[in-house]
Amino acid sequence: MSAPAPNSTAPKIMGAEKIKVIVSNIVPLNDLVTRFEFKRTDGTIFPTFSGGAHTMIEMQDGDLKRMNPYSLMSDPAERDTYAISVRRDDHGRGGSLFLHQKVQVGDTMTLSYPVNLFSLDLRARKHLFIAGGIGITPFMAQIKQLNAANGKWELHYSCRSPELGSYVDELTSKHPHSANVYYDDQKQFIDLHTLLDGQPIGTHLYVCGPKGMIDWVRKTAAAAGWPKAHVHHEEFLAPKPGKPFAVRLAKSGLAVEVGAHESLLEAIERLGVEPPYLCRGGACGQCETDVLESDGTFIHRDHWLEDYEHASGTKIMPCVSRFEGKTLVLDR
Amino acid sequence: MTIQFNDETFRDDYSFRNSQRAIDRFPFPFHEDSYMYSVNMEQHQGGPADSIYEKRFDVDEHYVAEMRDRAMVLADDPLRCQSLPHMILAGWDLLELIMVSKSEDYPDLFELHRNGNKWHWINKPMGIEDHFVFMDETTLPYGPMEYITRQTQGDFCVLDQREDNLWMDAGTVTTQADWSLDFDIGMNFFEWHAPVPLAHEKGIFKRALKFLLSIQQGAPARRLNWTMTVNPLLDTSPENYHKWGVQKNTLTLENLGSKQHLRVELQTFFRLPRSNALVFPIRCYLMSFQDIVSKPKWGRRLHRVVRDLPEELATYKGFIDNRSMMLEFLARYDDGLPTSFGVWPDEQGTPALQK
Repeated sequence: MSAPAPNSTAPKIMGAEKIKVIVSNIVPLNDLVTRFEFKRTDGTIFPTFSGGAHTMIEMQDGDLKRMNPYSLMSDPAERDTYAISVRRDDHGRGGSLFLHQKVQVGDTMTLSYPVNLFSLDLRARKHLFIAGGIGITPFMAQIKQLNAANGKWELHYSCRSPELGSYVDELTSKHPHSANVYYDDQKQFIDLHTLLDGQPIGTHLYVCGPKGMIDWVRKTAAAAGWPKAHVHHEEFLAPKPGKPFAVRLAKSGLAVEVGAHESLLEAIERLGVEPPYLCRGGACGQCETDVLESDGTFIHRDHWLEDYEHASGTKIMPCVSRFEGKTLVLDR
Repeated sequence: MTIQFNDETFRDDYSFRNSQRAIDRFPFPFHEDSYMYSVNMEQHQGGPADSIYEKRFDVDEHYVAEMRDRAMVLADDPLRCQSLPHMILAGWDLLELIMVSKSEDYPDLFELHRNGNKWHWINKPMGIEDHFVFMDETTLPYGPMEYITRQTQGDFCVLDQREDNLWMDAGTVTTQADWSLDFDIGMNFFEWHAPVPLAHEKGIFKRALKFLLSIQQGAPARRLNWTMTVNPLLDTSPENYHKWGVQKNTLTLENLGSKQHLRVELQTFFRLPRSNALVFPIRCYLMSFQDIVSKPKWGRRLHRVVRDLPEELATYKGFIDNRSMMLEFLARYDDGLPTSFGVWPDEQGTPALQK
């Protein structure tokens, strides 16, 4: 039973609500990418979502609890099944390897409710999508959403090779006039200047892919005079491994050693302290934490804090950023 | 339980009344003997049985009469309901949220039967039954937001989320505390809150916006707000100030107990799934001072809150001119005894008035 409204302070958001699922299908798409499909264990339907939303998937990998965000790439109107597509990262911390190697059809897992940090701007007269590699996934759902509503869109999708072009066949057969594919190994590249120059007024530009591609698209659009509010990007960083370091939590009076393959956020959670989070990828700002004391070097990797905040040494995003040095005391 | 719907008015003869049940479940907004702004949010996931917090959209004895009043306001002024063109999907989201919630929470009053996109909606209290195609506006008599908000108590602001801000891009607003949708349409969160005194300086809005932007599907939130209204008027809009503003001059010490109302808003916030917009329902509950002081704890506390409220707030909430008369009335119900913490009337543990 909840307390009456005025008696309480703002509740903390620690991730979105959870949904128990069973892995219903695993479809290898190519050498790197596999699609995972889920049904609810209680037999009910999934919530609808908006194209661009992600789900946080929880993985119990031995003693380690991993949580990785993946874009929902199924049709938002499809309520029986959720699907994600996962690119195997042989040099990452192991979340994608766990999914590729250990998860089997029939396993039960936990997903979060959909969270959208890469929403369509529904004011747009036209949506122009630029995808690189696995960055195609949020657009898969957005394209299905727009098609259901007669929305106008155009996709430019860059892949390494035909063999690694996930969903290329589906896209080009269903949408021969809207889906344009470019293969690196055939020296095909998106002619961004010309593309941006030819767009009607009211077009919104969306980019999802490797960091280099996002920076290139945003810079090119800015130089061409595109308003900032018309250029949207999504880049979730996976936390990177690094050297172990010690951290002290002043409020809770606890201390912990952050392992080489563990993020600072995961280490804090291991102690039972629960900072709020939504993306766990340096983008949403929820887990922003004040630094009370430090003697060493910060390795800031987030997109949330401003440059001056990174330089100040007073704030850190524990989901993706690390520290090297003697002392680190956080306000947690 | 079966609700007896009142046949009553919120204008002209003001036959609006609260039953004992309505008085018992009134959302008295003060948890201590003083008041200052706070974000005061909590999750909107049910509440005590029969309280106004229990259901996602509370339906009470005033439902049918409030909907009749809304229809009259909209007939006089269609601009009380507006939706910018990109908000149509959010309108469907809202229709779905309300129909699903009400049919699950009040199965004896509302029914929703879905067969793919072919929907069948029955609203028994209002005698409405419609078959329509979900996502096809041509199959409903109004746009989806207007259709469902003509059948749901409370004002509705549908907020688009972009550029790390919220935008007042659609809504149905006929029971408002002196603000205008037609004036605010298209504004962002800071723009439409610009007239509120003191809160900007306290950083309240920055924190509130950050919280609202992170509200997620499946995890709605709520808070209370309040003001004062002379006569049980739902439509205290700037558009009609010339009609209701003058009524503030009709208060006397003799009629104040029945004419002066505490107006409490239950504000809830839901993320809408298909559009990623946020809906902000503002549900108004009115209670006369004489009904409030029937609860000894509420009578003592209301006197102390009204007495100690900063002048800027009493001015902003529109009762500065009547404050001294209100205090003269309320002082009779304050014997100086301490009050217990929290909003509930605590009738078992509260001593009767000692004067």
